[in-house]
Amino acid sequence: MQTLLNRFNYLFRSTKGLILVGIAMTALVSALFGMLSGPMADWGVKDVIVKLFGMKLVEAEREGRLIILYHSIAMIVVAIETYMITDLLPMRKNHQVTINSTITIGYLAVVFGGLPFAYWGHSWPFHGLYIAGLSLIFFSGCYLVYALWPWRKEFHITDKAYAHTRRGVNLERVAFFTMAVATLASALFGAVPGSFYGNGFETFLAENVVREPHKSTLDLSIIGHLHIMLALIAIAATLIICRYMDFKGIWHKLAMPFMIFGSLVLAMGTWLVVPFESMAHMIIYGGSTIAMLGALFLVIYSWRKLIREGLAEKGIKKGNFFQAIAALLRDPIKFGVTWQMVFMNFVVSGVGIFVAVKLDEIFRVWQFMDERSILTGHWHILATLTATILLLYYADLAGLKGKVRQWFGWLLIIFSDLAFGAVTVYEMRRLIVEEASQQPLINLTTLLGDIGLGVVLLVLAALMMWRLIDLFKKKGRWTKEESERLDPSMEVEP
Amino acid sequence: MKHRFLLIMMVSVFLIGSCQPVDLNAPAPVFDTGFNEQSWAFIPAGSFVEGQFNHPAQIDYDYEMMVTDVTNQQYADYLNVALADGTIKQAGNQIVGYYAGDEFNEGRHEEQILEGDYLHIPLDNPALRLQMENNQFAAKSDWANHPMTMVSWFGAQSYCKYYGWRLPTELEWEKAARGLDDRPFPWGHELERNNANFTSSRDPFEDMSSFGSRTSPVGFYNGNTYAGYQTIDSPSPYGLYDMAGNVWQWTADIYDQQHYRYMRGGSKDIYPGNLRIWARNNATPTFVSPAVGFRCVR
Repeated sequence: MQTLLNRFNYLFRSTKGLILVGIAMTALVSALFGMLSGPMADWGVKDVIVKLFGMKLVEAEREGRLIILYHSIAMIVVAIETYMITDLLPMRKNHQVTINSTITIGYLAVVFGGLPFAYWGHSWPFHGLYIAGLSLIFFSGCYLVYALWPWRKEFHITDKAYAHTRRGVNLERVAFFTMAVATLASALFGAVPGSFYGNGFETFLAENVVREPHKSTLDLSIIGHLHIMLALIAIAATLIICRYMDFKGIWHKLAMPFMIFGSLVLAMGTWLVVPFESMAHMIIYGGSTIAMLGALFLVIYSWRKLIREGLAEKGIKKGNFFQAIAALLRDPIKFGVTWQMVFMNFVVSGVGIFVAVKLDEIFRVWQFMDERSILTGHWHILATLTATILLLYYADLAGLKGKVRQWFGWLLIIFSDLAFGAVTVYEMRRLIVEEASQQPLINLTTLLGDIGLGVVLLVLAALMMWRLIDLFKKKGRWTKEESERLDPSMEVEP
Repeated sequence: MKHRFLLIMMVSVFLIGSCQPVDLNAPAPVFDTGFNEQSWAFIPAGSFVEGQFNHPAQIDYDYEMMVTDVTNQQYADYLNVALADGTIKQAGNQIVGYYAGDEFNEGRHEEQILEGDYLHIPLDNPALRLQMENNQFAAKSDWANHPMTMVSWFGAQSYCKYYGWRLPTELEWEKAARGLDDRPFPWGHELERNNANFTSSRDPFEDMSSFGSRTSPVGFYNGNTYAGYQTIDSPSPYGLYDMAGNVWQWTADIYDQQHYRYMRGGSKDIYPGNLRIWARNNATPTFVSPAVGFRCVR
């Protein structure tokens, strides 16, 4: 009994344990439900899974099912980010415990209420559990905002290396706080229409109504909601990586106002989609550009730091170009978390800007199904790419070292980017080849995408298996991790 | 080093192999589905439920819709007579025809459709299943009883109009496909691979390793067995065939503040979710595709 209790305490009461459970849950949910669409459906895997698990998939409810699935995965990711935030930032212990326990119960209720409701027939108590879970997560978000309150004196800083106001208000904490407040407000943009429609809610996927000239206020609200939530999850990941890389100095001072202002403007832009749809887009472009500048400063700082440390490790004072590159690439985990942000520009931001600029000239001349393919690929890449950043960070937290660290890091970076690149070419295929001749390109990009994602899932599975085996050991890593902070330098707790 | 070189060579060969051009004229099996392409299905006036959420709808007149999509041969015959009497004309590598234009309401992204000549079919596109012989159009061999594709909305509505018919509205199309209940597919609630032609449905016309999915003859999914391939009889409640899969079908509606024309039914190139009766596609009216065809109502 004590053995089980010890494991339970590690998994549900320590930050690293909670993150591990969250990642394992995401992996399991993605693996199971990912088999119901795309190539897996082509190959007949879907039919086997549906029969094996006795799923009840009503055609008219497909969109609703997907929305619950997306929410389930997103809520786990939000919980993982929250665990990281409550551990990385100075915070009262009781606040951390309350926030983490509430959000854990919340996402478990979302997953174990929502998915059975969506995939195994409509049992309304399960739906109630799902809604209760979402409410708990919202509540824990409110608590997080309170706990983060940057103007509390105990969180003031004096270290000149970090961005702060004259009074000592930590601007990085303000950035986290702004992101959390924006997330809560943006959650309402999804919750209010959901509540308003009630049981008569007619679900829709935003990519399906993109060409509709007349959208209702509630439709617009949901469209704004899903865009900003994904963006804010990415911003939260960026801020977490700021802490991970111990972002400081002049770049930090430049970046933090951008992160704060960018998050605010971006969120406001998506909220304004409801009353002023056309103007809102310009604000969104402005906000995202500002936030991306903040991320760029993080990349510059981080790469300079990695090069400096790498060269120092080899006893080189000022290396040449190739030595600098070798130093930058020596640790795929620390390089990868910011490289993925750079790569995002090629497969998400760059593509998005190109589509926006050429919308009427090219993309709106195509059939809607082709435009939808771009939209779906676009946000799937953004979501998955953000997940890879968090996974790389977790690999470091889990203690991967030596060759295993190298293999894990490089396989994750190379193969996820291969998949993202392939999906980008797939979604833009009409630009490259005529519709009638697309099949070889579709085959190639699908195969490369599948290989890429397959390898990513394999290395993730290997990592999870390693941690699972560790749990069976009496004095495994988990015993040390139980009391470890994510940032080892944070010894003093207020 | 040797291994790396081998790996790079293998990847290069694979990539080059994957970029081989598609043989659009690869032979297709020829099957007679036994359908009279001139047949029409009667749909009586009355109420029904429309859309994914089963909203009550009403059509207060009887109408008839073609049992199958307009075929390549039917369209070739039309081109010959309509070109001869000057209804449509050839301009360079296109067949074009007059359209009176749409009302312009300055909607967001709305493009003005002015009075003038518009593309009906592009003659230089290798995906077109028609050919010119002795100044006469004819369907390419193997493709006569397949649905006419590479035809714009202008070309589709012009065909129907020529014979005194018209394109169906979305509502007319949906009632014809669904009947009076809430089924998601014209034949019922479940979709099997041999109910319809969709991507990776493994029908005799597709080869996903080379040219991909291709159209099937109209009325192909009628319960017959073709060279060992067993189809399931898949009519709509009113007896229409191919109302899901094979080719998207242009519809007539012109909506306020948009120039897009809508299509229904899903196609050979699309996942089954888009074969559901309420799934919609749209494009500019000059859009042509090997996966878009039409049928008429009267």
